[in-house]
Amino acid sequence: MSKVVKQYNSSAKFLHWTSALLIVALFLLGLWMVDLTYYNQWYKIAPYWHKSIGLCLLALTLFRLIWKIITTAPPIEGKKWEIQSAKLAHAAIYLILFCIFISGYMISTADGRPIELFNWFLVPGFGSFFDNQEDIAGVIHFYLAVTLITLSTVHALAALKHHFINKDNTLNKMLRFK
Amino acid sequence: MKKLLLPATLVAAMLIPTFANAADYIIDTKGAHASINFKVSHLGYSFIQGRFNTFDGKFSFDPKNISASKVTVNVDTSSLDSNHAERDKHIKSGDFINASKFSTAKFVSTTASPKADGGLTISGDLTLHGVTKAITIDAHFIGEGKDPWGGYRAGFQGTTRLQLADFAIPVMGSSSYVDMELHVEGVRL
Repeated sequence: MSKVVKQYNSSAKFLHWTSALLIVALFLLGLWMVDLTYYNQWYKIAPYWHKSIGLCLLALTLFRLIWKIITTAPPIEGKKWEIQSAKLAHAAIYLILFCIFISGYMISTADGRPIELFNWFLVPGFGSFFDNQEDIAGVIHFYLAVTLITLSTVHALAALKHHFINKDNTLNKMLRFK
Repeated sequence: MKKLLLPATLVAAMLIPTFANAADYIIDTKGAHASINFKVSHLGYSFIQGRFNTFDGKFSFDPKNISASKVTVNVDTSSLDSNHAERDKHIKSGDFINASKFSTAKFVSTTASPKADGGLTISGDLTLHGVTKAITIDAHFIGEGKDPWGGYRAGFQGTTRLQLADFAIPVMGSSSYVDMELHVEGVRL
């Protein structure tokens, strides 16, 4: 475990970029679907996809965290404050992701209904833990999603800054596929 | 005639307080012996039934003087329950009743009048979605008397149709109106 690597391993890269793609897709799908009118043909199918893809991302993220723990990551480059900020931002992104998973789950299961994961199986619901759970969880879900997208943008801009200004390995260690 | 005048005056005098003081009742929401139900069209093919779980109210009622009856009810609009959390969230949102902005609906009666069929018509002002509008409830007195636990109760049922447009609630497809079904049991103070 103590060996120094220059690149993230291929699985870590795959997990990172798949997550990035799914998070952006879920964010846009979520924003779009809540404004659909009742008579829109996507009214039922869009939330079904949002929930199913969201649950897949949850499974992927759980695996990603385990993978992060058991594999070696290349060092973070930059000044001390940059390294600390990067670590803090990474931790915050994971934390916010899980809060979004939980709040999203709490919207759909507030009445005890299960969530359909595509047509594969049902994820059971446990009902409400407090009054107006579907409303409160909905508000939290929305603001956390906006926060996550903001933080991810900062994360991406920081990587670009390291790549083009500092000309270091920050972006390359996540980018190069063999 | 003179002999009758005194008893007649006395009887009349005894009746006055009764007329003036109809019995006051608190709606028994504590024991959930009252419910505010609504029924709204789904696509024009069937109806969805829902209710408001949290409300309180009081009424005055004297069977001998119906027109002295009064009723006031406050409803917590965020307590809407159609047995489907995602639908509740949608109905409570700004698309419909906007429960976070207009958290209370209120009905205050103005007049009550007996009807030929034994029922009563209760008119009053309903404030819903920030709009106050006069409505009429078609009500029926069901019964009154002692309960087994030392109290005294009276109960009614009522129906009314609300046009969503009257309260500036957006109309969607065939769902332009809501039929309200009210069951109210009060415990006398």
